[in-house]
Amino acid sequence: MNHATRCGRRFALLLALAGTLWLTGQPVQAEYGDLVLNENAEKEGMPPVIFPHWFHRIRFRCKVCHADLGFQFKAGGSGINMLKIIDGQYCGACHNGEIAWSVENCNICHSGKPGLPTQVIGSRLGKLAPPGPTQGQQK
Amino acid sequence: MRDILQSLKFITLLFVIAAALLVAGVVQQANAAEPKNPNTFNRLLTPKKPFNLPPAEDGYHDPEGEGVAYLQPPKEAFKDLVKSNVGNHVDWVKSLETGKINPRFDRLDPKAKPIVMDLNIVREVKGSMPNVVYPHKQHTEWLDCSNCHPAIFIPQKGANQISMAAILMGQKCGVCHGKVAFPITAKTCRKCHSQPKGKKKGKAKKTAAKKQE
Repeated sequence: MNHATRCGRRFALLLALAGTLWLTGQPVQAEYGDLVLNENAEKEGMPPVIFPHWFHRIRFRCKVCHADLGFQFKAGGSGINMLKIIDGQYCGACHNGEIAWSVENCNICHSGKPGLPTQVIGSRLGKLAPPGPTQGQQK
Repeated sequence: MRDILQSLKFITLLFVIAAALLVAGVVQQANAAEPKNPNTFNRLLTPKKPFNLPPAEDGYHDPEGEGVAYLQPPKEAFKDLVKSNVGNHVDWVKSLETGKINPRFDRLDPKAKPIVMDLNIVREVKGSMPNVVYPHKQHTEWLDCSNCHPAIFIPQKGANQISMAAILMGQKCGVCHGKVAFPITAKTCRKCHSQPKGKKKGKAKKTAAKKQE
């Protein structure tokens, strides 16, 4: 390995480190109202679900999910699991390949960082009483 | 001749040293002035956070996840919506009113229309804040009666005890506001506390009467 390559590698390493520090130092801001759902996901070996409220409210009024489909006004409060979804309940009422894409696309919902607890992102209550550790971490 | 040249050199050297010292002094002064500024102490006014970040950079999505690349960046979706300065930085009610969005009221029927009730409820508050005017209209554009009545609000005058403490703890209005509907910050107090005290006491009744006509 010649000197130039070694220098280049060191520089790249430094740059990566600086980038990581810069990223971790940045205040993160996911969308207000989005949900992290991790009641079952990580216990059963999948990453937590991130539900984008904003994406859905552009397409449907609150009533469709919260009155017709039985979604509770509480993150993780509806007792949803994959069996109910493939049987056409909750998310499965639309995510069936007819109204919206089907549940084979696991990673579009199960897209959260490992270890995130169930929460409403940016919520006032979350700021007053931050969400606890996930079930998986408690053990 | 040589003597004159040498003394000239010496003088030039002296000048250079003096100039260098002067520059160093100025720089030091500038450096020293910075931490002395009392205005630099401002612990609570934090710099503005970036918002509407793409999923891979928002700190919640796993940037290495296979599905993250498929997700729409919120900025792209919010481009034509009415802006606000809180929450998603979108005024959802105005976006709906102005037809920027037309979300379905029924899962299957894109033509289904909401059952809108135009009835304002005025709540006289105990403190010095202006009274609260609750508009059924904007709420019934989005929601069904059964979403709030009777579990969250008993549909009867005087039957509901509401406090800001309860709302902040996620009860009453706080079931939605402060979570998904517009957040509870100093910027949003006046959205609800909108009627000056001692004015138009009969507003609720008037609106109700209009509805019956």
